[in-house]
Amino acid sequence: MNPSQVNVIGMDLVAAVHKTGPDIATFVVSAIIIIAGAIGVVFSRNPVHAALSLVMTLFGVAVLFIEQQADFLAAVQIIVYAGAIVVLFLFVIMFLGVDRRENIAAEPLHWQRPLALVLMAAALAGVIALGVGSHWATGQQAVAGSTTAGGHSNVYLLGKSVFTTYLYAFEATAALLVIAVVGAVVLARRPSLPSVEPETDARGAAVSGQPGPDGGLHDAAPRGSAAQDASPADVRAGQSLVKEAGR
Amino acid sequence: MSVLGSFAGSSSTLVGGLPSSLAVDPLFSRGVHWQEVVIVIIRVLVAFGVLLGSVVMMIWFERKLISDMQSRIGPNRAGPWGLLQTLADGIKLFFKEDLVPNRSDRFVFKLAPYLTLVPALLIFSVVPVGGVVTVAGHTFELQVADPPMGILVVLAMSSISVYGVMLAGWASGSKYPLIGSVRASAQMISYEAALGLTVIAVVIVSGSLSTRAIVAHQAPAFWDWNVLRLGVVPFLIFVVAITAEMNRPPFDLVEAESELVGGFNTEYSSIRFALFYLAEFMGVITMSGVMVTLFFGGPDGPIPRFIPTSDLWFPSVWFLAKVFVFLFFYVWVRAALPRLRYDQLMDVGWKALIPLSLAWLLDVGAVIVWGWWALVVIAVEIALGGVLWRAFVVGSRRSEVAAIYPPIASRMLTVVPEPTAEEEQE
Amino acid sequence: MSFLGFLDGLGGPHVRDGVIHLVVVLASVHALAAVTAIHVPHIRYLAILPEIVMLGGAVLLLGVASLSDRPVRMSVTTVGTVVISGASMGLAWWQWADVRQHGPFTTVAGAVVTDGFSALIAILASTAMLLTALVGDGYLRREGVEGPEFHVLAMVSASGAMIMGQANDLIVIFLGLEIMSIALYVLAALNPRRATSGEAALKYFVLGSFSSAIFVYGIALTYGATGGTNLAHLTSYLSTHALSSNGVLLAGMGLLLVGFGFKVAAVPFHMWTPDVYQGAPSPVTGFMAAIAKAGGFAALLRVFVSSFGTLRPDWRPIVYVIAIVTLVVGAGLAVVQRDVKRMLAYSSINHAGFVLLGLQAADARGVSAALYYVFTYSFMVIGSFAVVTLLGRSGDVGHDIAGYRALARRQPVLALAFAVLLLAQAGVPFTTGFLAKLQVVAAVVDAHSAPLGFVAMGSAAIAAFFYLRVAVLMYTPRRPRWVPPGREIVFDPIVGPQASTAAREGSGVSGQAEPEIAPGGSLDGGTAEGAVATVPRTLAELRLWSGSERTVAVVERLNADLLIDREAEAVEDGAGGRRVRVPPAAIVAIGICIAVTVVFGIVPGPLVDFTHHSTLLLLR
Repeated sequence: MNPSQVNVIGMDLVAAVHKTGPDIATFVVSAIIIIAGAIGVVFSRNPVHAALSLVMTLFGVAVLFIEQQADFLAAVQIIVYAGAIVVLFLFVIMFLGVDRRENIAAEPLHWQRPLALVLMAAALAGVIALGVGSHWATGQQAVAGSTTAGGHSNVYLLGKSVFTTYLYAFEATAALLVIAVVGAVVLARRPSLPSVEPETDARGAAVSGQPGPDGGLHDAAPRGSAAQDASPADVRAGQSLVKEAGR
Repeated sequence: MSVLGSFAGSSSTLVGGLPSSLAVDPLFSRGVHWQEVVIVIIRVLVAFGVLLGSVVMMIWFERKLISDMQSRIGPNRAGPWGLLQTLADGIKLFFKEDLVPNRSDRFVFKLAPYLTLVPALLIFSVVPVGGVVTVAGHTFELQVADPPMGILVVLAMSSISVYGVMLAGWASGSKYPLIGSVRASAQMISYEAALGLTVIAVVIVSGSLSTRAIVAHQAPAFWDWNVLRLGVVPFLIFVVAITAEMNRPPFDLVEAESELVGGFNTEYSSIRFALFYLAEFMGVITMSGVMVTLFFGGPDGPIPRFIPTSDLWFPSVWFLAKVFVFLFFYVWVRAALPRLRYDQLMDVGWKALIPLSLAWLLDVGAVIVWGWWALVVIAVEIALGGVLWRAFVVGSRRSEVAAIYPPIASRMLTVVPEPTAEEEQE
Repeated sequence: MSFLGFLDGLGGPHVRDGVIHLVVVLASVHALAAVTAIHVPHIRYLAILPEIVMLGGAVLLLGVASLSDRPVRMSVTTVGTVVISGASMGLAWWQWADVRQHGPFTTVAGAVVTDGFSALIAILASTAMLLTALVGDGYLRREGVEGPEFHVLAMVSASGAMIMGQANDLIVIFLGLEIMSIALYVLAALNPRRATSGEAALKYFVLGSFSSAIFVYGIALTYGATGGTNLAHLTSYLSTHALSSNGVLLAGMGLLLVGFGFKVAAVPFHMWTPDVYQGAPSPVTGFMAAIAKAGGFAALLRVFVSSFGTLRPDWRPIVYVIAIVTLVVGAGLAVVQRDVKRMLAYSSINHAGFVLLGLQAADARGVSAALYYVFTYSFMVIGSFAVVTLLGRSGDVGHDIAGYRALARRQPVLALAFAVLLLAQAGVPFTTGFLAKLQVVAAVVDAHSAPLGFVAMGSAAIAAFFYLRVAVLMYTPRRPRWVPPGREIVFDPIVGPQASTAAREGSGVSGQAEPEIAPGGSLDGGTAEGAVATVPRTLAELRLWSGSERTVAVVERLNADLLIDREAEAVEDGAGGRRVRVPPAAIVAIGICIAVTVVFGIVPGPLVDFTHHSTLLLLR
């Protein structure tokens, strides 16, 4: 493989696109939709509302994709994210019954929220300062080639790059998906069994009433006892359920 | 010249400052002026009106046909042959009290009916209902829009149409609707994959995602229709999957009256209930249109032009005739078939449709690359099918506990987990 | 008149064509469809064979296990895994030989590079897999979690590390990282009988996904700044373009560093490490420490030293600071740990700091030293956790440091092995640990960062303290009636029976329920009653017998010390005592680890040459 073939990406630069009025209008409207949706995700106290806001954001992004002539990406964005992933979110939310309003006041780490605000403000200030002070020239005006380069459609170009430049990544993704499925099955199909571990071993120092010497994460959260104390009665209940299911 | 190439070539020409993605329709070949805008608006309005009108007729048709099949008379009071019955029902529902349950999530509860209606409408926008016509010097296609990823719009909209059902059930704040909505989401996800795989088979032979190009590729006569060209199986899978996606009988577990009162729309009343009703029938019509587009040549007649006809109305008539066949089919199925049980629904989706559609898609791809490859691929598929069958058999044969728990735990359930105790007693 | 002619007459050529199409439907599809030739990249399979064998073997094992009627026997799984990882290792050595002879090459459209570096990581990953399979065999039997899942997931994880080692594209690095990590998340949760196992997995998963997201963001910004994700492209682009203000690139680079920092457990991205190392099943912890560090550092070194090489002045100070903090925090917090696994977790953070020294040096010598460190550390850590695995009792408990007191008396061989491995980690001469530390410090001093070298040596001194503490404790005789502070109640002979009696009265339900999980849950009530009525003679029986949570907690608290005391007593009485039954497979694994650590410590030449050559063969 000679190196010139390696460097194909990004060489097919398009000139700076002339922005027309409709382009700008589309961008502004979808940007507002995206940001409003994102804010909704963060600030909704109801998980279902947050998920709906996420859908809104995804739609806005899809519109931006279309505006950039990435039609296929836009459609896939809606099919995969809005159509499947958020539906699964909602499925889980409804199934687990976590669609209650969270009590935000119960905060184990009191300094966490102010600290987050301060850090966010600092980061934002830094970004703005950098953006204003120096234009972030990167030497590339548009890194991707045209979405319709060489008179080919979007799908053609995408398929081509998947089977040439990103062939290995594509195949590795297959391995990733397989292992994700195997892992999910291994985790999901486990019975809740009686725990055999003593409290001592779980938290060397916590037993004696002191916090962990390193101030690890576990100190913030009390130990959940539900999983640990799965009693034999649970196992028995599981078995009877199994029997009923078999009938 | 390949179809893909020629189609893509036409789409990539930038015209009048428009993004190429809109430039498929010959309407925009001279750029966008106010006339084009007016024509587009007219197309939208006409499509909307025609769709609403057909829904009204469809409801009447369904009731009347089912009555016939069940040896009843059906609606016969409002208007001639009861034709205005739907209108009368609509007016009645409109004046009913609009109830919003106390425990509901009010905003989502009110939003949900529209979320079911909009996808059905949007799907119809990419269905070609006729040929290319020229009116007052403007040539345009008889369809609301012809985007380059047309068929993906159908998939996208059918996948988000579940939001309305899910959210309606959840927002009602009551248990039967919630069960209905959970069922809806599981059902939708289960059948989405098979649906997409069959659509991909169509796209592979057509070489384009645009609905207009798919239709054009099935010209001129019935032996070029995808239903035959792909070997019928994808069509059958598509019919089953799309019926499940629409929650039509026999896959209407979402609103199974015998189990869930009224399913996801139990708590709805008045005009909101009417909207759900409207959306369901609109879905039937648009999905019939999609099926005609994908597998039955859309507006093209079955035999090339043995009668000299007008380009203006002849394709649309054919389109309507084909759609009507499917509408009849749906009503017939509803009258004839019992509802599936939930586990049967999942079995059909996961164990039958998805493997079959995947295998068939691979066959189609192999044939396209080289005919003899298909034999190799089929042999491999048969081997893999054997493995799959073996997996199903093993899964069903394992003992009750082992069927639920993998080997990782089966031992722990049979052995007292205290080896140290045994040792120390020794 | 022929049939076709008849058709012509009937409906024109269209009809005729159509009938032909109909007759050979599938063939016509071929003729009609648009096939535009795509030039599929050339693939040299030698480059990807090790991970193909690993992944394929994993899938094969899984398939066999799930398609057979009976659960596959543990020995079959282990032998299969050993064979597969051995084959993978052989292929990796073949790669090494090929690269030595013909030089490095890229393949699959430049996404994969095969050079000494990648071959070394492949050898390391397959060796780690082999050793872990040997260690895991006995563990899984003891814990009753038999089944192919452990081996399958571990093999996939190892292949992920191999992919990271040979990736020549940021996206491939990310995919390798995810393949490795997702398998590790599940492995951490593999023991369903330990709640901490699930807790560890959840923490690892949440923080790991978070770091993956940061990593992807870094890739996106880098792509935006340079127009490519291929490392070769990055290198050539950055060496030919001088960017006047490269904020986007620097931000992307920073985020990549954060993502890698999470995986290799560098401070301040180390928060997950102690909990996960402690909670995960012990063999998994050893494997995780070896594999995650190897994969993470491999990609980190390749991306930063070779692709971001021209940006050295930008990232070297950052790595400098991270290395110092990692060294100090890792060593400092390890000192105060009471749990051996937790202590080893902090020590692994400390080791990560040492490897970062090699990165900070940012030259061939530094890379070579870092690779040597990662390679030798893998053997030390797998061996250490193998010993910890064997010493843990059923349920993977009893890792309290007090339990190691007087170990030499009960388990002289294991104690010796553990002592050697700990001393090697501490950097005692004549072990590879010493050479590893020496090399990284020398490299960093050569690269004009002498203060960093001093900090490293200081932290090594601190680290030596906690390694030696365990080693010395193992050889310290048990104090007669040693009572841990604050636990006097333990030795009141009537506390146990009293507490448990109360518990039985208080919550009879769970006390009676316990025996019913015996075979199939089919024990009749009489037996259960009888079991309950028996006076508990052993602690384990007592725990079985007494139901209430509080009692269990109290009793369990006794376990760690009291049981060991009893054992020691039993040894003294000459009654045989409860010895850890050491599975031979694990002994082999520990033996290999010690052999590598000691032999190459005394005869350093071959291994040093090995890593040195792997750096020289680094592409570009």
